[in-house]
Amino acid sequence: MTFDFSPAERDAAIGTSFVAILIGVVMMVSSQSAAFTTHGAMFFAFGVLAFFGFAKDYNKPQAQPYSRDVYYDTPIKLGILLSIAWAIFGFFIGDWVAWLLAYPDLTFDAAWSSFGRIRPAHTTAVIFGFGGNALMATSFHVVQRTCRTSLPGRYGPIFILLGYNLFCLLAVTGYFLGVTQSKEYAEPEWYADILLTVVWVGYFFVFLNTLARREEKHIYVANWYYIAFIVVVALLHIVNNLAVPVSFGDTKSYSAFSGVQDAMTQWWYGHNAVAFFLTAGFLGMMYYYLPKAAGRPIFSYRMSIISFWGITFMYMWAGSHHLHYTALPHWVQTLGMTFSIVLLVPSWASAGNALLTLNGAWDKVRDNATLRFMMVAAVFYGLSTFEGSFLAIRPVNSLSHYTDWTIGHVHSGALGWVAFITFGAIYSVVPQLWKRERMYSPALVEVHFWLALAGTVIYVFAMWNSGIIQGLMWRTYSENGTLTYSFIESLEAMHPYYIARAVGGLLFLMGGLVCAYNVWKTISSSKIVGRVSTSPDGVLEGAA
Amino acid sequence: MTHDFFVMLSKSWGLFYLIFLFGIAVAYALWPANKEKFDRAAKSIFHDQDEK
Ligand code: HEM
Ligand code: HEM
Repeated sequence: MTFDFSPAERDAAIGTSFVAILIGVVMMVSSQSAAFTTHGAMFFAFGVLAFFGFAKDYNKPQAQPYSRDVYYDTPIKLGILLSIAWAIFGFFIGDWVAWLLAYPDLTFDAAWSSFGRIRPAHTTAVIFGFGGNALMATSFHVVQRTCRTSLPGRYGPIFILLGYNLFCLLAVTGYFLGVTQSKEYAEPEWYADILLTVVWVGYFFVFLNTLARREEKHIYVANWYYIAFIVVVALLHIVNNLAVPVSFGDTKSYSAFSGVQDAMTQWWYGHNAVAFFLTAGFLGMMYYYLPKAAGRPIFSYRMSIISFWGITFMYMWAGSHHLHYTALPHWVQTLGMTFSIVLLVPSWASAGNALLTLNGAWDKVRDNATLRFMMVAAVFYGLSTFEGSFLAIRPVNSLSHYTDWTIGHVHSGALGWVAFITFGAIYSVVPQLWKRERMYSPALVEVHFWLALAGTVIYVFAMWNSGIIQGLMWRTYSENGTLTYSFIESLEAMHPYYIARAVGGLLFLMGGLVCAYNVWKTISSSKIVGRVSTSPDGVLEGAA
Repeated sequence: MTHDFFVMLSKSWGLFYLIFLFGIAVAYALWPANKEKFDRAAKSIFHDQDEK
C-alpha cells in the first residue's frame, strides 16, 4: 500500500505531521491532569509516526501521477483494514462486557476495566471504529465508481482517515483513563471533538468535490445516502458537543445546555446518530453492493428516492422517543412517537426494495455467502425498524425502557443490519481492491456467515426474553399493591440470559476473526488478476 | 416565543412544510420524463470497471 502523493501533497503531509507534534507538545506543556498529558503524548507520538511514514517515500518518484481517470484506492484499502481491526477489538470488548454482566468479578479489581469504562469503549470501537472506517472506505469506493472519477486529491482522504482514527483512539483510551463528558455516543471530550470536527469538514469537502467532478450526470442514489450521513453527522456532532472547557489544560468541559434542554439535545443527537450513522450510511452501502452482487439493478429506483427523502425528513423529529415519561413536555414526546411510527414506511420501503431486488436471484443468495450477508442485513433492517417503531409507542416504552429489550433492539440493528451489510461489502470489495479473483476461501466466508447469524440470533433472542421478563417483574404487584419481586430477584432471573448472550457474542467475535484471517490470506496470496474487475462470487465480469 | 406559539407553528406550518416537501420528492420520483434517467442510473453500477 503506497500513498503515491504528488510533491505538494508530500509537503502537506509532512506539514500536518508537524502540526500534530506541535499540538501534542502544547497539550503536554499546558496540561493540568495526567489524562490530558497522556493524550498530548498520543498526539505527539501519532505525529512522529506519521512523519516517518510520510518521509520514507519523500524522494521517490511518483508512480502514477494524478489523473481523474485513475481511481485512488489506497484510502479504501486502509479504511477496510482499520475497520476490521476495530471490529475485532470492539467485539472482544463487547463480549467482555457481556461476560462481566453475568459475572461481576471480571473487572479484575482495576478501575480502567470497570463496566462504566469498557462499555463506552465497546460502543465507540464498534460504531465509530468498525462502522465509521467501513463507511468512509466504502463511500470513497462507491463515489469514485459511480461518478467515474477519481477522488479530488490523494492526501485529503488519507488525512481524513488518519485523523479520524486518532479521534477513535483518543476516545477509547480516554474512557479507560476516566475521561468522558457522559453523553452517550458522544463521550469524548472537547479537544477530541475539535479534531473530529476538522476531520469531518474535510471529509465533507472531499466527498462533495468528487461529486462535482463526476462524469455521470445523475448522482447514483447510494451517494445521496452517504451525503446525508456526512452532512447530518457534522451538524449533530457540532451542536451536541457545544461546551466550555474548564481550562485549556484539562480534559473536563461543561455542556452549553442544561437540564431538559441538554437531554433533548443529546437524544436529538443520539437518535440521529442511529439514523444517519448506523442507518443512512449503511443504506448507501446496501444500495450499491447489494444490486451489484446480485447482478440485478435495484428493484425500484423511484422507491429508493422516495424512501431517501422520507428517512431524511422524518428521523430528525423522532429523537424524543428516547425521553418518554421524562420532564420533556408531553407534546414533544407525542411528536417523537408519531414520527417514529410513520418512519416505518420509508424504512420498510428500503428493506422491501432490497429484498425485491433479490427476487429472481435466490439461487445466487443460496450459493454466495457474500450476497447472503446482505440479504440477512436487509431482513434485520426490516425487523429492527419494525421493533423500533413499536418501542416508540409510549405505553410499550413504559415496559421496554431500562430493560434488555432495548439492548436486544440495538443489537438486532447493530449486528443483524450494520455488521452484516458491512461484512457483505467487505467481502465484495476486498478481492476487487487487491485484484484477486475471489476471497482466499469462500468456505471461510460461509463459516463466518453461519457463526455471525447464530451469534446474532442467540444474542437477540436472549435479550428479548430477558428484557420482557425484567419489564414484567418490575410491574407485577401483589394484592396489597406492593411489588411482587425485588430488584435483586429480577437480576437473578437475568443470569441465564446473560450467559446465553455472551456465548452468542463469542460466536460473533469468532466470525470476525475468521473474516480477518480470510482477508489477510486474500491480500497476501500472490494470485493477481490484471485489468479485470471481479464480482464477489469470483465470476469474471470481463475486461473493461 | 411562547410554548403555544411553537405548538401552533408546528401544527400548522410544520405540517404543511413537510407535506409540501414530500409532494416535491414524490413528484420528482414519479415524473414520467425522469423514468429513463432513473432506469439508466439503476443499471449504471454494472459498467464501472476498475480501469476506466
Ligand atoms: C460480539 C458482538 C457484540 C457483543 C457481545 C456486544 C455486547 C454488548 C453489551 C454487553 C452491551 C451492554 C449492554 C448493557 O449495558 O446492558 C452492549 C451495548 C451496546 N452495543 Fe454491543 N455487542 C456486540 C456488537 C456490537 C456491534 C457490532 C455494535 C454496533 C455496530 C454494537 C453496538 C452497541 C450499542 C450501541 C450499545 C449500547 C446500547 C444502549 O445503550 O442501549 N454492539 N453491547
Ligand atoms: C424506524 C426505525 C427505528 C425506530 C423508530 C427506533 C426506535 C427506538 C426506540 C423507541 C428506542 C428505545 C428508546 C428508549 O426506550 O430509551 C431505540 C433505541 C435504540 N435504537 Fe432504535 N429504532 C429504529 C431503528 C434502529 C436501527 C436500524 C438501529 C441500528 C443499529 C437502532 C439503534 C438503536 C440504539 C443504538 C438504541 C439505544 C439508544 C440508547 O443508548 O438508549 N434503531 N430505538
